Amino acid sequence: MIEIQLNGQKKEIRAAITLAHLLDELKLKPERVAIEVNREIVKRDQWSSCVVQDGDSIEIVHFVGGGSISRCQTNS
Amino acid sequence: MSDVSGKQNRYSRQVLFPAIGEAGQEKISRSRIVVVGCGALGSVSSEMLVRAGVGYLRVIDRDFVELNNLQRQSLFTESDADQTIPKAIAAQKALRRINSGVSVEGLVQDLTADSIADVCDGFDLLVDGTDNFETRYLINDFAVQRGIPWVYGAALGSYGVCLGIEPRKSPCIRCLFPDLPPRGSVETCDTAGILSSVIHVVSATQVSQVLRFLVEGRFSSRMLHVDVWKDEWRSIAAGQPDATCPCCAKEQFEFLAGEQGTFVTQLCGRDAVQVRPSPSVSLDLHEIGERLRRSFEVRSNPYLIRVQIDELEMVLFADGRAVIKGLSDLSAARAVYAKYVGN
Repeated sequence: MIEIQLNGQKKEIRAAITLAHLLDELKLKPERVAIEVNREIVKRDQWSSCVVQDGDSIEIVHFVGGGSISRCQTNS
Repeated sequence: MSDVSGKQNRYSRQVLFPAIGEAGQEKISRSRIVVVGCGALGSVSSEMLVRAGVGYLRVIDRDFVELNNLQRQSLFTESDADQTIPKAIAAQKALRRINSGVSVEGLVQDLTADSIADVCDGFDLLVDGTDNFETRYLINDFAVQRGIPWVYGAALGSYGVCLGIEPRKSPCIRCLFPDLPPRGSVETCDTAGILSSVIHVVSATQVSQVLRFLVEGRFSSRMLHVDVWKDEWRSIAAGQPDATCPCCAKEQFEFLAGEQGTFVTQLCGRDAVQVRPSPSVSLDLHEIGERLRRSFEVRSNPYLIRVQIDELEMVLFADGRAVIKGLSDLSAARAVYAKYVGN
């Protein structure tokens, strides 16, 4: 196990997991979040390769829309 | 008392703030701002901007005031809800009463690919008060294409976010979130709820960013994210524009492309669906009201008619939009519209 800071809170997680795995374990959908590791945004295409290290400081921001619109477009 | 000293008196406490001063207040007073959406976020932001003495404020909103808005939509009253006043009209009235020195204009319409240029061209800043992702991506496309700065803001439950976007200098919304969240994957106001306190936090941050941009020409480089219930006040460095961004790098602007047809949209926070013909049409509400009155109870005000169709209620606007309450099925809504308004 390793220890990270997640949004300012200490958290123990399994060692050697990627950011993508972390999102999975947190039950977060990748298209709905942005991730900063050690004060730098990590690009989305790197989440599957970026391995979380002991002592990492991670911020996860949620892409909030307010309400939800399920938009169905039909052509008349 | 001359007009000049009257202006100074009203804004004296803002002018005293060293970063603003007389010069900053002068810039604020010449500014032209659009607030897109005048629900919770838009109400609170509009009021602050008008009190701050912006030059011209345009508020656009497609919806009308209802009772459950009053918990957080600070410009509206019980009377507005009773009379089904469109939010943009109620906001315009309230804002003009607050500061008659600001030019305030309310537009009762949907912001669409067809209309965004007419509504937003020639303005200094766009402020997000919307309740959905599609409109935000549309605003983002337009803002990036035209080089107009805008301030994203959103809240759900006790959580809120805010980010100032200066096209091509800072990340746009698609640099961070390239794709629309899959339909049905997002939390809704009616499942997660929404606190008015986090609305105020997000709006306050948006307005702070607007004023700072007007006075100093820059936004914060950080994206705020807060949870007022958990007492978490945090931000991240937004970084640089993404070189692979579909909007500011690749200039795809697909949300600006727009389409013809009838758009059917489930509305934020309630059992209601909006039907919107595209392009918009011009309806004779009086004639339609008279026709429907033969079979149903119809109430009208200068802006819309309300028709009670069995257990459903349809509110019809002159631009052809209808909000149908009492259902959430999109096809059923479209059918009701086709049956009583036409194709």
